[in-house]
Amino acid sequence: MLKVKGIAVSAGVAVGKVYYIGKEELSIPKKKVSHAEIPGEIYRLEEALIETRKQINQLQKQISSDLGFENAKIFEAHILVLEDRVLIEDIILQIKNRKINVEFAFWQSIQKYVETLRKLDDDYLRERVTDIEDVARRVIRHLLKQEFVNLQEVKEKVIIVAHDITPSEAAVLPKEHILALVTEVGGRTSHTAIISRSLGIPAVVGINVGEVCAKQGETIIVDGYDGIVVVNPTDRSLKEYQQKSDKFVKERKTVPVPKAYKSKTTDGRVLTVSGNIEFPEEIALVCENRAEGIGLYRTEYMFLGRNEFPTEEEQYRAYQKVAKNIKPQSVIIRTMDIGGDKVLPQIQFSKEMTPFLGWRAIRFCLARSDVFKPQLRAILRAAVDGDVKIMFPMISGLEELQAAKKVLEECKKELKAEGKKFKEDISVGTMIEIPSAVLVADHLAAESDFFSIGTNDLIQYTLAVDRVNEKVAYLYEPGHPAVLRLIKQTIDAAHRNKIWAGMCGEMASDPLFVFVLIGLGLDEFSVLPLSVPKVKELIRQVSFEESKKIAEKALLLGTAKEVEKFLKSELKKILKNDYEKILRG
Amino acid sequence: MERFEANIILANSNGLHVRPAAVFVQLASKYDSTVSLEKDGEVVDGKSIIAILSLGLNCGSSVTLIVDGDDAEEAFPELKKFLETNHAKG
Repeated sequence: MLKVKGIAVSAGVAVGKVYYIGKEELSIPKKKVSHAEIPGEIYRLEEALIETRKQINQLQKQISSDLGFENAKIFEAHILVLEDRVLIEDIILQIKNRKINVEFAFWQSIQKYVETLRKLDDDYLRERVTDIEDVARRVIRHLLKQEFVNLQEVKEKVIIVAHDITPSEAAVLPKEHILALVTEVGGRTSHTAIISRSLGIPAVVGINVGEVCAKQGETIIVDGYDGIVVVNPTDRSLKEYQQKSDKFVKERKTVPVPKAYKSKTTDGRVLTVSGNIEFPEEIALVCENRAEGIGLYRTEYMFLGRNEFPTEEEQYRAYQKVAKNIKPQSVIIRTMDIGGDKVLPQIQFSKEMTPFLGWRAIRFCLARSDVFKPQLRAILRAAVDGDVKIMFPMISGLEELQAAKKVLEECKKELKAEGKKFKEDISVGTMIEIPSAVLVADHLAAESDFFSIGTNDLIQYTLAVDRVNEKVAYLYEPGHPAVLRLIKQTIDAAHRNKIWAGMCGEMASDPLFVFVLIGLGLDEFSVLPLSVPKVKELIRQVSFEESKKIAEKALLLGTAKEVEKFLKSELKKILKNDYEKILRG
Repeated sequence: MERFEANIILANSNGLHVRPAAVFVQLASKYDSTVSLEKDGEVVDGKSIIAILSLGLNCGSSVTLIVDGDDAEEAFPELKKFLETNHAKG
């Protein structure tokens, strides 16, 4: 038995089989073949092409039923590559003339075309390299009899173990089959953490994957309370953890779902507690946990893990579905926040040293109206069927907000001219996550219908801390006096301009900060659906007057440590006996 | 045996990228005739998606379509029309 300590990022306990996702590495052997072996090599080529074809056909069917026919179309092109006679003739010629093995011949032929495509002066075509390489990798794996990692093939309950979960992998994760996540990289706000918390499954990060559990199918234990992964468990610990796991699953199902009460402070200030979602399927969680609408609908996932941008129609259908299902409550759709760690395969992003300061979110959208407009049009149209609001991410100043609103107006004009139905007076909000936006919040408030503070990025930018870098992660402190002051300035600017201010970062669901946020005047808390009951419960324990005093005092403190210590003692004072219960729940 | 040839200005706003190229290959493959595309002196097999992609055809590219064979009379107008139409939507 081996116990490995990592960082607990999502609570719960799971016992299950490892499903290991390795890094993509192909090594292509080069061998000489004798004259007599040539027909055998050609036969292997044909066999691999047929197998790959079968596999792509299957994938096409699956994607077609999961995501619609349009999305599956790209696989037709993939199949054409397999059937490409120019390519096949070239490979056979190489095998015959150079007397080399099929893997090497295949790879060389493909590389020739890939090189040609890379040199082309056309972004679209250059990016098709990805498609061709994708097909080529499949064929090579068949030739080498290597196992495939196809997340969609996961049909039993497993614990996913990986170096990292990329956003595009997250998009195709078989959510209903995942018991837990274990990854090497990432911190509390990594994708692993966010996904697992939103799914309500345990997760541990910071585990040296290669060392502990690289074996497929092996049974391991993931303890998301203490951040422990147990490999080769003894029968006794297996039994012990199985009980804990059963208890966790049972409790998760029987979480006392709050009555549909309003989240009101003891002295009557009514606040909104809404849910953050990334996938439309999460609406069920939002409703189950009695969230008051969706305060943040992240749309990046529509754009990830695929080769072409989603069309306006596809986006329209997705947004419309969310709008209809959450009705009469509202949904705030955030336009895509791509860039940084969420690199699109279809866009040539130059390698950036500091991607979080780079070409992403609204900066990218304003530069690429061919991508931005279909999304805005889809949102405007979906808003006919529910209470839909729109929010722009990464706004650093008034100019960007005005530019984004201008594109929105253009979209309205276009839709009007085309005679399509849309919502003319859609609410437009600004996400406040860059310190400069806080400093000019009065200007932004004058042209926004609401604010939503994105604390994950705001903290990162304010304190100059890369939240993914474990070496500096300790500096990522939500309780930093600078962060509290920025939040106060934002809320004050909003209220002076008669608009509301919400928060959609992790901080909004941290029990330690709920009271101080109420005191600072925050109007809306948008949190993970599973955290909604906890935040509502906290709001109901305190008065607005008390909270204001807590906020005033906290703002006077000099360090994050002092702030946290003070807030902890206040929390204990107010919650008394419920302290342990609420913090855990 | 008939041979048809025409110089065409590509109308598709995304050029002949993967999806339209795929459709073109599918259309061309229905016929027995040889289908070739020529750009700047380079001639490629019109039934090979990789070969077509490697021409790097953009919107507005000038390309020569050559169809040669028994069913060329039928194939030529269909392929020509495809290249002269803008298929990009949304």
